[in-house]
Amino acid sequence: MAPVIQPLTAFDVQRVRGDFPILNQRIHGKPLVYLDNAATTQKPQSVIDAMVRSYAEDNANIHRGVHLLSERATRAYELAREKVQHFLNAAQSREIIFVRGATEAINLVAATYGRAHVNRDDEVLITEMEHHSNIVPWQLLCEEKGAHLRVLPITDEGELRMDLLDGMLTDRTKIVAVNHVSNSLGTINPVKAIVEKAHKRGIPVLVDGAQAVAHIPVDVQALDADFYALSGHKLFGPTGIGVLYGKAALLAAMPPYQSGGDMISAVTFKKTTFNVLPNKFEAGTPNIAGAVGLGAAIDYLRALDLAAVGVYEHELLEYATKALTAVPGVRLVGTAAQKTSVLSFVMENVHPHDIGTILDQEGVAIRTGHHCTQPLMERMCVPATARASLALYNTRDEIDALVRALDKVREIFD
Amino acid sequence: MDLRELYQEVILDHNKRPRNFRVPDPTNRRAEGYNPLCGDKITIFLYVEGNVIKDLGFQGTGCAISKASASLMTDALKGKTLEQADALFDQFHHLVTSPATEAESDALGKLAVLGGVREYPMRVKCASLAWHTLKAAMQAERDVVSTE
Repeated sequence: MAPVIQPLTAFDVQRVRGDFPILNQRIHGKPLVYLDNAATTQKPQSVIDAMVRSYAEDNANIHRGVHLLSERATRAYELAREKVQHFLNAAQSREIIFVRGATEAINLVAATYGRAHVNRDDEVLITEMEHHSNIVPWQLLCEEKGAHLRVLPITDEGELRMDLLDGMLTDRTKIVAVNHVSNSLGTINPVKAIVEKAHKRGIPVLVDGAQAVAHIPVDVQALDADFYALSGHKLFGPTGIGVLYGKAALLAAMPPYQSGGDMISAVTFKKTTFNVLPNKFEAGTPNIAGAVGLGAAIDYLRALDLAAVGVYEHELLEYATKALTAVPGVRLVGTAAQKTSVLSFVMENVHPHDIGTILDQEGVAIRTGHHCTQPLMERMCVPATARASLALYNTRDEIDALVRALDKVREIFD
Repeated sequence: MDLRELYQEVILDHNKRPRNFRVPDPTNRRAEGYNPLCGDKITIFLYVEGNVIKDLGFQGTGCAISKASASLMTDALKGKTLEQADALFDQFHHLVTSPATEAESDALGKLAVLGGVREYPMRVKCASLAWHTLKAAMQAERDVVSTE
């Protein structure tokens, strides 16, 4: 039976922490302070249980068997699709395509919509703060087609140069791809405004929502996004499952991505007729337990008071921003007015890697390096940053532990 | 493990004041090393006469471990033959990836301070970047020579 999750009226972080078994452990003898949530989030027990149940009780292939197990597995998988649909406020469940993650979602669009619409001398517009996964698929497409990759610049604070957008949307622009929230800077981008401007010229927009969905409410219809990509594991769900949302009319007109079983409706050796949405884009046996786990993660989030979570996370980010800014020699990289959950920083005379190793010895897990945004690092004139990224289960005490660990870094390097 | 064993005084000193952090003049061999995982970049310059590394230096950006390793390496190799450099490469590689032995520490001299890295698997690449780049610099020239 599915566990009954009692809705909380306000946000109780200690209770939420109790739902994540991994948080209750010591690293190098110190309590774990997990601040690498932009890389991946931890999973609540209800997600782990749902996946175990999927294998222990409901495991069978979907869309095939007439037997009861297959029926149950199919129902669980399709129910997960509906949960994602409601979470993103998509108009229809067939607009939800299960993929491995945001990377595959973007690759899918580049390989299908992109190949069909981008031709010689056309343009694809991205931004300077994209993750490699929203750069490289478009770069490869442009190379293949003899098209041009255009890049919308950002300010020193890490905000998109919206004043330049109109000039960069041309008659040759065939698609715009932009992240909703920057994984390296935490900037929340004005995607609704970008979509509006692009649509005025009839250009579709893909939004990379990998870093957004765990932190801000997403309504794909309100955004009017044509495509929206996300990864389950950054949303308290399992790895290996993600979502491509696409408007039904666009998806229906697109050629298939991968081919094989489940994506066909009839095959002869002369010709294959492709299946309807969403199956057309889900060749082969999918990650059934992964989809079930993602559905459980969405259930978990929806049982919380998400408005209260938003307020809590915002206050925590403000607290952390103040605390880090007060550490001597620390400079924040990414200081946009609209931000969420990410604190990238550099420390005078100390390389991020050394910070990362010393923090780890104090039980504090952060990410160091270029965060798969090398062009952005170059733009910000840093070879790498240290990045603390927050989730709803982090606390002020943990921020204090981060600051104490940074004092230790200073101690060693001074 | 105590962090001080990783960040020993010698390492911190070479990080703060890297030796041979320059382009030697003259120079006749070079190679660029890059660790895509962390973005560390290094260029090693050699001036080789006959079989002997007469001078060498490095440029680039990186963490304390990679900078100190490059600095210590360049100090250790000045005046050594290419064969001796090859042998030191192997000993250094062993030092940062295998359990410690006393004989080895003696043979490596100052370089032995980097042995602490073996307790931090994610950092082994930082310590060995300069050495792999050195090998490429020595190799590159040989390739050119062999095509003549």
